[in-house]
Amino acid sequence: MAQIFTYITHKDQVADDAALELAAAAKQIDADASVTAIVTGSGPDLDAVCNTMAQSYPEVWKFDNEALAYPNAEVIRKLLVNTLPGDAILLMAHDTFGMDLAPGLSIKLDSAFASDVVGFEGTDGSVMNIVRQEYGGMVSAHVSCDISGGAVITVRPGGFPEDENKAAAGRVVDKSGDAGDLSANRRFLEIVAAEVGDVDITKSEVLVSVGRGIEDEDNIEIVQELAEAMGADVSCSRPIVDSKWMEKSRQVGTSGQTVKPKVYLACGISGSFQHLGGLKGNPFVVAINKNTNAPIFQVADVGIEADILDFLPELTEKIGNM
Amino acid sequence: MEILVCVKRVPDTSENEIELNNAGNDIDRDDLVYSVNEWDNYAVEEAIQIVDKVGGSVTVVSVGNDESEEVVRREMAMGAEKGLLLSDDAFENSDGRGVAAILKAAVEKGSYDLIMTGAQADAGAGEIGGMLAAMLDYPYASLVNTIEVQEGKLTVGREIEGGNQEMNEIDLPCVLSIQTGINEPRYVGIRGIRKVASVEIPTLGTADLGLDAASVGDAGAKVKRLDYFVPDTGEGAEMLEGSTEEIIGKLIELLKAKGGLK
Repeated sequence: MAQIFTYITHKDQVADDAALELAAAAKQIDADASVTAIVTGSGPDLDAVCNTMAQSYPEVWKFDNEALAYPNAEVIRKLLVNTLPGDAILLMAHDTFGMDLAPGLSIKLDSAFASDVVGFEGTDGSVMNIVRQEYGGMVSAHVSCDISGGAVITVRPGGFPEDENKAAAGRVVDKSGDAGDLSANRRFLEIVAAEVGDVDITKSEVLVSVGRGIEDEDNIEIVQELAEAMGADVSCSRPIVDSKWMEKSRQVGTSGQTVKPKVYLACGISGSFQHLGGLKGNPFVVAINKNTNAPIFQVADVGIEADILDFLPELTEKIGNM
Repeated sequence: MEILVCVKRVPDTSENEIELNNAGNDIDRDDLVYSVNEWDNYAVEEAIQIVDKVGGSVTVVSVGNDESEEVVRREMAMGAEKGLLLSDDAFENSDGRGVAAILKAAVEKGSYDLIMTGAQADAGAGEIGGMLAAMLDYPYASLVNTIEVQEGKLTVGREIEGGNQEMNEIDLPCVLSIQTGINEPRYVGIRGIRKVASVEIPTLGTADLGLDAASVGDAGAKVKRLDYFVPDTGEGAEMLEGSTEEIIGKLIELLKAKGGLK
């Protein structure tokens, strides 16, 4: 079988959580694989990450260059095209960087591309069988990939348990000289930090969270009234912010806030993996949704099949009368 | 600025419950309500706003079947001047690479400064924009949530983790994938649709686009969906049953026990 590689992102000398999830994913592809981690960056921060990765991977390729100080997908793509073998299987996280890099890379490598993969179900010669989800997680699909010319695969963050075995005692190989031309027609300027809102939902113990099921901006007050009766704060899922019905600072999810409440009331939220990625600390989750196929019911502790527009006002009234 | 926006006709997940069919090998497509992919709709709105500011025109293109024409027309009604439908039996079952190859052929028949796609569509792959850019050798930025036009280039913001935004400068011509929330897409009324009802939308197939049929569709696909299924995910949520009053009673007890009521 072709060699498996993982691309590791990192920040402030710490590898992303995905680093060890990718190691686990690689083992699901081939339990005996000797997997190589690729780490790019600049200076001493890079060495720290490479040394940590060598605990989990038998080999770590280090690429050190000032042009790699911030990961620019176009630059990393060139580097990988210059250095990966033609039939390589490359795994990376399905995060905002992976989404930027992976599809174009697969074209340049003339490899198969599969994104947001949640499971690997064996390889048959040059056919790799994978599982991914469609329609916001409402259905899953078996997919076959012809990996005879390699594969670029993005793996769902949190979709695989971290590989905690840190006994790889791997070696770090400095490949900086092989990187080649690292110029790009897209240039990183700066990071604009998220705006701070009136309420810090990352500190809230109880959240009443609202999603698309609220249907109309005028209905938001239904949720606010319930939160008030419960002594909770209001948060929301992405469509509510997209519609400009609530501030971005109230959004739970990978592209919003990461919250860790004790109790999370998901009202009319379908529960995409991006939303659930912002819900940490194992809260007690109540899902209220009229669509029982919604993925939120797979992760909730308690589910209620109901239209939130009818159910929430009744709940508010009962709590108010207590 | 000449802008091409790639759009897709998809089952509308806010209007439908997506379920398996009786055979269990596909989603149940009876009575599905279709619409334009939500991300693409934001892309069309953004393109129109850019042209309103700096001039030029917007072309909407879709790889699909005859029914996709209605979606192209709806997007044109927002203010796009031209529409294109890329349709051929040979395109069926294309994987992402196949769709990107079809779009690349259409791009090369025109002259565009900027090409936009939605950040993702119904399959959640988010692959077309990046693939198309790589095929064209254009620079690419994904998950774009702000665009500012400069001379010969754009300043774009990308939505990254934690509500942060990554600012980039990108040379034209380029490809951008657009994230939802970048703007507030305008409402399209019956009058708007009527205005573009008689505009001709050319349909281009394999021969028109100079494509090798073996490179697209089922024949060219490295990646093939075999079936759909609903995984056995264990027990899932404990569903509260009974009358609304009974359910509320049970829920309140649970919330009290878990510290959810103050």
